[in-house]
Amino acid sequence: MSRDKLISESSEWDFPLLKQFDHEIARVAHDEFGLDTYANQVEVISSEQMIDAYSSVGLPINYHHWSFGKQFVATEQTYRRGQMGLAYEIVINSDPCIAYLMEENTLPMQALVIAHACYGHNSFFKGNYLFRTWTSADAIIDYLVFARSYIAECEERYGHEEVESLLDSCHALMNYGVDRYKRPSPLSMAEEKRRQSERESYLQSQVNDLWRTLPVDLDVGDPAKRDRRFPEEPQENLLYFIEKHAPLLEPWQREIVRIVRKIGQYFYPQRQTQVMNEGWATFWHYTLLNRIYDKGLVGDGFMMELLQSHTNVVFQPEFDSPYYSGINPYALGFAMMRDIRRVCESPTDEDRYWFPDIAGQDWLKVLDFAMRNFKDESFIAQYLSPKLMRDFHLFGVRDDDREDTLEITAIHEEAGYRQLRQALADQYNLGSREPNIQVYSVDLRGDRSMTLRHFRYNRRPLGDTVDEMLLHIRRLWGFDVRLESVDEEGRVQLLGEA
Amino acid sequence: MSHFIDRRLNSKNKSTINRQRFLKRYKSQLKRAVSDAVNRRSITDIDGGETVGIPSKDISEPIFHHGSGGTRDMVHPGNKEFEAGDRVQRPESGGGGGSGQGKAGKGGKGEDDFVFQLSREEFLDLLFDDLELPNLVRNQLIGTTEFKSVRAGYTTSGAPTNIDVVRSLKGAIARRTALGAPYRGQIRALEAELEALLAEGAEETHERVIALREEIDRLKTRIAALPFIDSFDLRYQAYTKQPEPTSKAVMLCIMDVSGSMDQVRKNLAKRFFILLYLFLQRNYDRIDVVFIRHHTIAQEVDEQEFFYSRETGGTVVSSALNLAYDVISDRYDSGTWNIYAAQASDGDNWDSDSTICRELLLAKLMPLMRYYAYVEITPRQHQSLWFAYQDVKAAHPHFAMEEINGADDIYPVFRELFKRREV
Repeated sequence: MSRDKLISESSEWDFPLLKQFDHEIARVAHDEFGLDTYANQVEVISSEQMIDAYSSVGLPINYHHWSFGKQFVATEQTYRRGQMGLAYEIVINSDPCIAYLMEENTLPMQALVIAHACYGHNSFFKGNYLFRTWTSADAIIDYLVFARSYIAECEERYGHEEVESLLDSCHALMNYGVDRYKRPSPLSMAEEKRRQSERESYLQSQVNDLWRTLPVDLDVGDPAKRDRRFPEEPQENLLYFIEKHAPLLEPWQREIVRIVRKIGQYFYPQRQTQVMNEGWATFWHYTLLNRIYDKGLVGDGFMMELLQSHTNVVFQPEFDSPYYSGINPYALGFAMMRDIRRVCESPTDEDRYWFPDIAGQDWLKVLDFAMRNFKDESFIAQYLSPKLMRDFHLFGVRDDDREDTLEITAIHEEAGYRQLRQALADQYNLGSREPNIQVYSVDLRGDRSMTLRHFRYNRRPLGDTVDEMLLHIRRLWGFDVRLESVDEEGRVQLLGEA
Repeated sequence: MSHFIDRRLNSKNKSTINRQRFLKRYKSQLKRAVSDAVNRRSITDIDGGETVGIPSKDISEPIFHHGSGGTRDMVHPGNKEFEAGDRVQRPESGGGGGSGQGKAGKGGKGEDDFVFQLSREEFLDLLFDDLELPNLVRNQLIGTTEFKSVRAGYTTSGAPTNIDVVRSLKGAIARRTALGAPYRGQIRALEAELEALLAEGAEETHERVIALREEIDRLKTRIAALPFIDSFDLRYQAYTKQPEPTSKAVMLCIMDVSGSMDQVRKNLAKRFFILLYLFLQRNYDRIDVVFIRHHTIAQEVDEQEFFYSRETGGTVVSSALNLAYDVISDRYDSGTWNIYAAQASDGDNWDSDSTICRELLLAKLMPLMRYYAYVEITPRQHQSLWFAYQDVKAAHPHFAMEEINGADDIYPVFRELFKRREV
């Protein structure tokens, strides 16, 4: 290997070197592996700025709220005490794709981060169906600018305590602001601005169904009409329902509910593709940098440093280790991506039996397909191979509060593979991780109270925040709010009222 | 196609507003934490940031989540000896192989506080929130001796150091343009004539041509001779003096160091003095501190000696008051200085002296004072000094007295003394 091809042997980085690395990585990523990415915007920042970025949930701009201040204070504190290192990078799903690099990183680390974020995550953002459905990369920054100035304006006009308490309530419901089955309309600042004022008056007229005091309905006697349920179907998108139907909200309050809902929606895909997204990015930084090493562009020392931090990232402690805190999404995701490539390139008989479709196929195509069309739950259900279950020594545990002991339901053996895989996939199912709460009915003719229903899953009850949450929902709804719980046999029980 | 941007020089305090909002929202909790901190803190580092804690549950943001109970299937890595169908004991407190999200110490009070660091400014803000200096009439214009220089435009005369270069050169350009204008006009006319002549085919030796050239040269010399800068162009920055309310204060610390004041009590007194000092610092640009200690005789001493030297003997408080009066009349004219005094004592005094003290305060000292705070550090019955001072308090609203029983009292007493009062 000729030494003169090496880009640099130093561990100090400068901008020309970063550009050179980016150039080489891009060549490999685009030309050899065919990754499809947004343009990159790489920003080098200091650790203080990284803490800032952390505290606005990774968004480059955000409106002001005390909870971000709390996050900032907490991050700063743990970082100062050395209890936590900062991430090497943050990458934002936008077009161009913005990646933050920490100035403290060494040159090899910067190269790794560029490969990981600017080519790995970036291509995932661009390709995965959830991101394509739920986010508009080209408009998010504009939308955030709009949101920030709109909320600042509201603070000026209505006082910041008012806005703050509204945001508190909206944040509490942020995870309940997504229509899972409907494609949202794309966001854009121009559009938002143009429509916003229109919407204000329009929305107000939409809530009149609840508001009407004169009986327009002359058919009072018709029981079918009188008992018409509202909403006709239970609604899972609580924030949307409140935005459209809460009787007492002012137009600006509806707009703020909408902003929080839109931002929650933007993060929705990220919550469902953690294993895939990190696995994909980790797989690609590993693959891309190895390729660069094979081409003789970086030396052994460089590679050693990369591999060392790579190994740290994909470390999976065992369940009885003091460091264990669940399955490491980097480890699982990376292992699965590698495993898919292995199944394609050198399948065993077992693989041919389990994955007849992909065994022996072109691994680039198979991986690309997997990246585009799955989320964590379905990805694991589809691709977790018996070999990986053995490698990880996975086992399933059932914790039933009616029993005194835990039951080991399945282990990494022939009889357990399917059950284990299903259990792990289910663990990543948002539906089972978050309580299923829906708007069940609104008493249109009476006191306008709203009834929510929690549909219990595996008999799991709600946590201890119910009362607080009901107060928040009441604040948004403006009238009484009831929460009922429905168990698997359909029995209804009142949980709380506010 | 990748674009690299160096953002390191951008402001890094993007989160300042959010941080302030957070502090504001939890002000009452923080104030409690701060006042606890003051009592806990050692005397020497009171002037710094502080680590404070708020109970985590007060600042949590609720979301709907699953509670414990029901059936839960979890998959874990690292199986060693389990077989399907095995039954194992529930692990303690949710760690290890059990439910990954069980909350440890449920219902217990063991939940951590949310702990973080306040900056010095934030700390002092919270510490002195809602307090004010009584009678904070900064000595007003009557008989002021303090002046501040302020800019007042430009003048044509002044000291060379105050020359405003830009302004002067602007003036010079204008002058040169103005004075040169007639010459330039003539030159243009002559040059036009010259050009016309030459165009008609006149020889260089033609009389008129020579004359024109000479005239043009002469005029150009005149222009060149205009001085580049003239004393006439010079402009000086002008300053005027504006009278300013005095914002300097002197703080007299008076402490009893007789045998009955032991180190513990002195420390209590010291904390009180430090609080007062920090508080004054926030209101005045400059503060002098005078330390007067006394037993039967009073002395003005430096800080070290004030707090740490040991003395024994009886107590004559009036000696200190006399000395304080002398110091003030010598050095601190009450017209220009805001005078504050804080006295700490255990209340012991020669019986006959207490009346003298009262008279001294009433007649001489109190008229000079902005505020006089007396703290008595004693767990015992009040003695004659306390009662004598009560008379002073009745006569002068800017005299205050409180009693301190232990370290815990200092801050509350301090707050009581400087509480913002409705007028």
